[in-house]
Amino acid sequence: MVERSPVPVVQMRGITKRFPGVLANNHVDLDLYAGEVLALLGENGAGKTTLMNILVGLYRPDAGEIAVRGQKVTIHSPRDASELGIGMVHQNFMLVPTMTVAQNVILGMRDLPFVPDMVGIERRIREFSDRYNLAVDPRAYIWQLSVGEQQRVEILKLIFRGADILILDEPTAVLTPQEAQDLGRMLEVMQAEGKSMVFITHKMGEVMAFSDRVCVLRQGHVVAIQRTTETNARELARLMVGREVLFRLEKQPARLGNVTLALQNVHAANDKGLPALRGVSLEVRQGEILGIAGVAGNGQHELAEVVTGLRPITAGQVVINDHDLTNCTPFEVIRSGVSHIPADRMSMGTVGDMAVADNIAMKGYRLPPLSHRGLLNRRRILDFARALIQVFQIATPSPRTHVKFLSGGNIQKTILAREIDACRGLLVAAYPSRGLDVGATEAVRRRLLEQRDAGSAVLLISEDLDELLTVADRIAVLYEGRVMGILPTAEAKVETVGLLMAGADENAAARQTAREAFD
Amino acid sequence: MKLILRKRETVSRRAGIMVPLVSFIVSLAFGAILLAASGANPFATYGAMIAGALGSGYGLSEVLVKSIPLILTGLGVALAFRMRFWNIGAEGQLTLGAVAAAGAALFWTQGLPGWTVLPLAILAGCVAGALWAGIPAILKAFLNVDETLTTLMLNYVAVLYSEHLYYVAWRAEGYNSGTERITELAWLPRFFGRAHTGIFYALVLAVVLWLLFRFSRWGFELKIIGANPTAARYLGINIARNIVLTLLISGAISGLAGAVEVLGLARRLQQGISVGYGYTAIIIAWMAQLDPLAVVFVAFLMATLLVGGDQIQMRMRLPASVGVVLQGMLLIPMLAGNLFKEYALRLERSDREPAAQEEVA
Repeated sequence: MVERSPVPVVQMRGITKRFPGVLANNHVDLDLYAGEVLALLGENGAGKTTLMNILVGLYRPDAGEIAVRGQKVTIHSPRDASELGIGMVHQNFMLVPTMTVAQNVILGMRDLPFVPDMVGIERRIREFSDRYNLAVDPRAYIWQLSVGEQQRVEILKLIFRGADILILDEPTAVLTPQEAQDLGRMLEVMQAEGKSMVFITHKMGEVMAFSDRVCVLRQGHVVAIQRTTETNARELARLMVGREVLFRLEKQPARLGNVTLALQNVHAANDKGLPALRGVSLEVRQGEILGIAGVAGNGQHELAEVVTGLRPITAGQVVINDHDLTNCTPFEVIRSGVSHIPADRMSMGTVGDMAVADNIAMKGYRLPPLSHRGLLNRRRILDFARALIQVFQIATPSPRTHVKFLSGGNIQKTILAREIDACRGLLVAAYPSRGLDVGATEAVRRRLLEQRDAGSAVLLISEDLDELLTVADRIAVLYEGRVMGILPTAEAKVETVGLLMAGADENAAARQTAREAFD
Repeated sequence: MKLILRKRETVSRRAGIMVPLVSFIVSLAFGAILLAASGANPFATYGAMIAGALGSGYGLSEVLVKSIPLILTGLGVALAFRMRFWNIGAEGQLTLGAVAAAGAALFWTQGLPGWTVLPLAILAGCVAGALWAGIPAILKAFLNVDETLTTLMLNYVAVLYSEHLYYVAWRAEGYNSGTERITELAWLPRFFGRAHTGIFYALVLAVVLWLLFRFSRWGFELKIIGANPTAARYLGINIARNIVLTLLISGAISGLAGAVEVLGLARRLQQGISVGYGYTAIIIAWMAQLDPLAVVFVAFLMATLLVGGDQIQMRMRLPASVGVVLQGMLLIPMLAGNLFKEYALRLERSDREPAAQEEVA
């Protein structure tokens, strides 16, 4: 770690910010020094992103002061922040897909000539790419890039503008483990140059691996600021949640029943019309959880959509509860008892501008008691929602509050309430705990196990190997649209699954793992 | 002290009433500036407008006359807009409704029992409007063709076709334009000046739609489709079927507006059927926040403005254009005022720390 200068580059004092019904930040004090990586740790809704949005001028604090390099400042906009050398990579990227990397990098910069020197700009981007380990072709179009590459473009945008205070909002949420390591190396280079980084996360492992200091937020308050070397994951988890966390879930042995979902040699295309599933065959039985592992973009997304009727298949067969549902409509799939927790909870899973109660009723509204002869029973819908809000512990001011005002974890609980209540046989869960804090993740996993123990078949798609190893009974690994192997969790080793995820075939993977164990 | 716009958590009932009211007062103030600038006494002018529109039996009956097509087309548009289908074709749907109602009354019900003529003429108007809206609906539902263009362009087709009919094909002997008068069997009765019973169709429909939006599965699905089509698909809602069904009804309501114009008011197909009600309906639907009951009130207000605007030309000797500009001027603050339904304006002392004493949610 670079020696600290006596004056912090950023001082935030008494920052308070409220939203309707929520106090997001309550008198937060935070210092950031030159050449350090500060992890901002906290559960969803703890106020991490809000605090950083205030620093980059997206929000105005209701109270409090900010000083940058000892100078008191008022930051009205991201442009003000940029002039102070502060930049942020948001969770949702702000890139124009139809423009090139270089065009995106200079987009919105003011002091450029009318006709920018694109060749020179591309050269400088390449220099930055090399220096910071951010490989990306400046001439590529954004839509051609993987999510990880798009993130590099966002970082390049900030570096190009001369930012030396970088804020990364949950940067690893969209990265493969390999890409996350690359990101870690980039952080080291930046740090060596005396730049400061704030790293928003709720993953303990990353805090320990990447940060010099860690600031823990809980319900809008700072509960601890510590040197990373002087703490440990367990203590941080306790600080974050406010109680001891159980990292292990109780799991009963599986009681298998009939085959609920059977895919036979299923082929399907992705949104661009390219083959995404190439002959997938698998079965899920009552009372078991089949986990789907794989690096993002190997057909998991399409698999979930094929099973739920959202995506047509080009060959093969989908059988659910002994009914052939090949290329049936989503409605027919729902009617046969399939529930779906979609990967995108905001744009697919909920309607943000409608009430929590309405969102909870969005599957059950077709049938009595919620409706009768085409007419809704508003009272029963409200009662139904109140009951589920209680059971699933959804923190909402009222059943009539619009879903968009809830935190990510509570939005996910709203979906869980609706889908688990409507589930009659098969639950498809895509990344159900992604982006959730420890408490909500635990709740989600517990619900999946409850469904399994109640006799449902669960198809669990996840990028979190720990989650699959904890929750699933068997793990199928997808690679380039093919099932590389299906392993019982009890026998699955992380290394074997990792090799399958990288495309090795099952026997080779087993051999290699055995050899390594032998060595 | 500083003024802060803060997003409301839920739209309060009080804001729902106060916002339009305050907006209306601001509108009047804006209009007063305009009137003063063109040399008229604002108070006298407003007085003349109100007196002209609402102060006499004649004025009031004319306001009702204009309210009828405005309510109906406003409802039709609001219905389509509920699912974010931008039907700006109410004008064409109204025009064809008028054509079909006139055609039914003049030609197609010959030889049928007398009591069937009026219902059949109304039905013909609805069907024509429905079919005219059905074309862009089907194009949108199955080929994803942008509905703003198709509905708009079909307006011209409908209006020009109606002109062809009353100038050429259906023109009455000895007239420059216009058809023969329709048979009395097809007349909608008038009850107050020129105001006819079409107003009851409009009011009943408004209440029925309000109930359907609030309490029916169909209304619930429309709202989901409008708010988030991706979620609607995921929830198993048949979007294509809803688009076509909803637009058939939306078009039928605008077609009904055309039919009652012919059967209750003009009693022949002639020039003046298409005077822009279908476009004003778009403003009405927005101002009413797509709420059918609010459509009734907003349409009545617009009709008052239209009639009052005509009146000030006569009474105050203001140029005709002032009346039109005034109408536009009055609308802007009312539309802009909707901001305050979603946001609350608060006056806060900057030194106070409002957060401190409240609990974290």
